[in-house]
Amino acid sequence: MGEMTQPPTSSPRTLVFEGSEQGFATTRFEDLLNWARKYSLFQYPFVTACCAMEFMALASPRFDMARFGAEAPRFSPRQSDLLWVVGTITQRQAPILKRVYDQMADPKYVLAFGTCASCGGFYDNYTTLAGIDKVVPVDVYVPGCPPRPEGVIDGLLLLQDKIARGDRTARIVKPRQDPIDKVEQLVALRTANQDDLGQA
Amino acid sequence: MSQRVLDILSTRFEGAILQTHGQFGDDTAIVDPAQWKAIAQFLRDDSRLAMDHFIDLTAVHYPDREEGRFEVVLHLRSFDKAHRIRLKARLDLQDDGHVHIDTLADVWAGANWFERECFDMFGVVFEGHPDLRRILMYEEFEGYPLRKDYPADRIQPLVPFREEAQGKLPPFDRHEGMPFGRQTHDHRPGGRNLLGFEREDA
Repeated sequence: MGEMTQPPTSSPRTLVFEGSEQGFATTRFEDLLNWARKYSLFQYPFVTACCAMEFMALASPRFDMARFGAEAPRFSPRQSDLLWVVGTITQRQAPILKRVYDQMADPKYVLAFGTCASCGGFYDNYTTLAGIDKVVPVDVYVPGCPPRPEGVIDGLLLLQDKIARGDRTARIVKPRQDPIDKVEQLVALRTANQDDLGQA
Repeated sequence: MSQRVLDILSTRFEGAILQTHGQFGDDTAIVDPAQWKAIAQFLRDDSRLAMDHFIDLTAVHYPDREEGRFEVVLHLRSFDKAHRIRLKARLDLQDDGHVHIDTLADVWAGANWFERECFDMFGVVFEGHPDLRRILMYEEFEGYPLRKDYPADRIQPLVPFREEAQGKLPPFDRHEGMPFGRQTHDHRPGGRNLLGFEREDA
């Protein structure tokens, strides 16, 4: 699973003051907006192939996409933020996908669900589009044939992370942090703290 | 069992049946393409044969052959007589880059879409077909992808979005595929429903 990137500790973007009676926080307006966006993704499922089965699993209670705020499917592109391209896209279908993407209102995000949508998969032939990024900009690619629901949730979290950062760059997903690195960082931090305590 | 069909065919179309063979109960006749339609018509109409079940029609490309590089393959069956047969016609490319053979769409209506697919994939032109358009690929597609000389790694340019549909729109003729909705079920000519039974109100 991907690690969420943390805001840099040197310049905190959200400050919490606990001195007052109620407590309040300050943040930048765009951060607040991105925070709202990332937990209210209205999705348009563009479902063409067998990956739909995993998509159903993802949407149903066991994996429960609703936990991440990406609950409500909208079957009009004009009401949706996130385009799920689930399955193989043929050359013949590509202009329709482009049309659906163009009809979505900004801000809009695209998730390529499965190998076929990401790169064409094993359909290396005369009829299949070798990845939907030939037609629309893609924010997150989820590999797998089909991907496990956990993998898709991982992709969804990466997308939320990207939205929170305000990153609108297509085709670029920040490299994942290796969990081992994080453990090493924690160990180093703890050792340093203990050293500080020992000196005091 | 189908050997009987071959015998009848050989007697009736002497000279047009170029070769026959049978294997595991599947009997095949390689026929003269010029007699393609006449043979099909005979197979359907002759009471001893009664081939009323059109199963499949496709083509095969043999690029290494000296001649007869394209084979159009037809599978037929008879419900009443419970026999079946496979017909093949060997053809070659003409100067226009296509292979030409007579249509069977007016013999078995079901052949309509099969011939369209065969045209789409192999470039076999069925003379006299009522609506010979591509059925799986799009209009702008160049070449015939199931021919062996079609480059496996060729990617054709993307096509723009079409504001208007091409070709025929529903309602289709009764043999041209899905009727798209209930309304056509109740308005068939001759007082018959979709399955060919008489309607109660007719």
